[in-house]
Amino acid sequence: MSTQPKSVAVTIQRGAPGVEGHTETFDVPYREGMSVLDAVVWIRTNVDSSIAFRYSCVNANACKECMVSVNGKTEYACTARLSTESTTVGPLTNKTLIRDLVTDIVPPKENLRAILAARDGG
Amino acid sequence: MIHLETDVLVVGAGGAGMYAAIAAARNDADVILADKSMISRGGATIMAQMTTAAALGEQEPDSWEKHLNDTLDAGRGLCNEELSGILCREAVDRIHEMDDWKVGWARKDGKITGVMAPGHSVPRCVYVDFLNTGPAVAKCLRTQVARANSVMRVSGLAINDIVVDDGIVVGAVGWNIEDQTPVTIAAKAVVLAAGGLTRLYARNSASVNMNGDAYAMALRAGADLIDMEFPQFFPIGHLAPRLVGMDPIMWDPFRYKLGGRLFNAEGKEFLHRYGGEDAEKYTTTRDIISYGITKENEAGRTTENGGVHLSFQHIPEEQLRNAFGPVIDKLASNGIDLTKRTIEVSPIAHYHMGGIRVNEQMETSVPGLYGAGEAVGGANGANRLSGNAIPEAFVFGERAGRFAAGYANGRKQGWSDMGAEEHLDRLDALTGRQTDANGELSALGEMWAELQTLMWDKVGVLRTEVKLMAALARIREMRPELEAITPTNDAEFNLTLQDWYDLRSALLTAESVALAAINRTESRGAHQREDYEEIDPAQSHNQRLQLDRNGSLVSDYLSVGRAA
Ligand SMILES: Cc1cc2nc3c(=O)[nH]c(=O)nc-3n(C[C@H](O)[C@H](O)[C@H](O)COP(=O)(O)OP(=O)(O)OC[C@H]3O[C@@H](n4cnc5c(N)ncnc54)[C@H](O)[C@@H]3O)c2cc1C
Ligand code: FES
Repeated sequence: MSTQPKSVAVTIQRGAPGVEGHTETFDVPYREGMSVLDAVVWIRTNVDSSIAFRYSCVNANACKECMVSVNGKTEYACTARLSTESTTVGPLTNKTLIRDLVTDIVPPKENLRAILAARDGG
Repeated sequence: MIHLETDVLVVGAGGAGMYAAIAAARNDADVILADKSMISRGGATIMAQMTTAAALGEQEPDSWEKHLNDTLDAGRGLCNEELSGILCREAVDRIHEMDDWKVGWARKDGKITGVMAPGHSVPRCVYVDFLNTGPAVAKCLRTQVARANSVMRVSGLAINDIVVDDGIVVGAVGWNIEDQTPVTIAAKAVVLAAGGLTRLYARNSASVNMNGDAYAMALRAGADLIDMEFPQFFPIGHLAPRLVGMDPIMWDPFRYKLGGRLFNAEGKEFLHRYGGEDAEKYTTTRDIISYGITKENEAGRTTENGGVHLSFQHIPEEQLRNAFGPVIDKLASNGIDLTKRTIEVSPIAHYHMGGIRVNEQMETSVPGLYGAGEAVGGANGANRLSGNAIPEAFVFGERAGRFAAGYANGRKQGWSDMGAEEHLDRLDALTGRQTDANGELSALGEMWAELQTLMWDKVGVLRTEVKLMAALARIREMRPELEAITPTNDAEFNLTLQDWYDLRSALLTAESVALAAINRTESRGAHQREDYEEIDPAQSHNQRLQLDRNGSLVSDYLSVGRAA
């Protein structure tokens, strides 16, 4: 068995509509079994809180808000295990980007802008 | 800016908020149901995997009065008997109503089945298999809310402040998280159903949205809080190894279905030393187990991670599989085989008994302001029975919505731009400030981490005056420190602005808990003082907290509400 790394590189895709996207790589302390969500939360707490990310339940895999692309695969950040090599986290590509890792997954009937547009439009 | 109008604004869309919206709508009110996360997803309700207590009496004779007796016993003399009575009586109606809505309560031979849980004298805790109670009730209520035409559901709308004019609630101010637009809402009545406070603690079972918003908003609007010294610690929260995709309180259903044994790091059972029962019995109440584990920790008899061992090794694999089917596979994918190893558990902050003070109509002391769910205090006293929180959310939610609609019907909107001004100015100032220094990028995250550690270490399971005073002093320093921190200037989905407002609530709520805990110089239920180890009959009263004219927290005592 390979020895456990002390820290791993986590690359986050950042950007907003109309702005050229870029990536940022963070060195995250590694704990056995940690999730991709654990890594993003660690970065937000200790290095850069400005990363936009949507999640609520942290552990239960109940809220289903945390879906992102992990190394190109669609996954729940809270159940995807962080790889001991390197990980790139990006927004879902089949949804409209709001900012960084957040995409528009709210049903239109619950989205204030969409509700107002529907009301004013008809 | 966006301005909306409605009869009843419901803040928070968990079990309590969704039920309030349904009830207000069927009592002829227009409703806005706002959640800072997504409707039905952001809070505790969807995470609750276990059970809902209700004296249905289908499988074994039971009555709501028996359920009430058990609830009052657990509450150690501090329950408001009127509220507890309502909870136990109407839980039955709500469970039946949700059965009609096809929530899917587990049945045997056509009868809704209940399991036993500690402190209940009858098996009355109903559930949806397997460990699916929360997701099932969330989905059921979400569907009902969507069917109610007069309810506007808004996800990603964070409410920051209740607007009060001339002593009466006239609406609220918040912001649309997706694009940071300020939102004002004129409402004749507001229901605070924004959930609990357990995220204040380093070890918790919370979602990120359980940061005490309801308590802080209520205080600032002029309402009272009671029993704030009583957050409940769940004794056997999962500690190690890291489990993903599973709720940290998942071991409780394992214990009620299968028993399970607790050992300290020396391999010895220990609950008997603290007045509990060992072996495979699952009878010891939450406060005693939390106390026992924390004491073992202080005596140096816990694992490196600070926990004790929970073992199911004596239970045959087949029996495990019968009881928990798919959950056993999930555990296997986490590398855990319960027939071969123990897991480490420790107390974690799990629920809050205290909260907004309401009467039987869920009305606060401020006209037009209602509370429901975990946000309100009173029904569970000093210690809650397992399974009582979900029915509390349903029953109080239904009542709050119904009575808020009754109050709103026939009233005129009383919206006041003046009343909203202060709140809008703050929002403007926060979003208008420019961040230049990179040094600020983690200031909010660090403050969160500091507060959680402080609360865990000093306002946690075992308290002393020295620890509590130190916590209170530090929390009071942190409040101006927060004022000096600037959120970043991203317009879309700006979590730093949310962190800022979350911390604003969290700090006021933390101060409430610490102050109330200092004042209660005894040990009772979930409030355990090492410097006052016994219960003191002279302190069988509720503690009320309010903000005075200068915005300082003040406390006094109320005699416990008895049934009429
Ligand atoms: C992991 C877990 C397991 C549990 N298991 C059980 C169990 O088996 N049985 C039981 O009886 N109880 C259980 N409980 C407790 C129970 O789930 C809760 O007490 C109950 O669900 C609370 O319901 P609620 O509607 O009051 O709050 P919540 O369901 O927490 O909903 C509150 C909502 O308010 C929103 N909100 C917060 N602040 C704002 C704001 N400023 N603006 C807008 N929206 C806001 C949140 O996003 C959230 O969606 C459990 C709790 C947890 C955490
Ligand atoms: S954080 Fe809730 S499902 Fe991932």
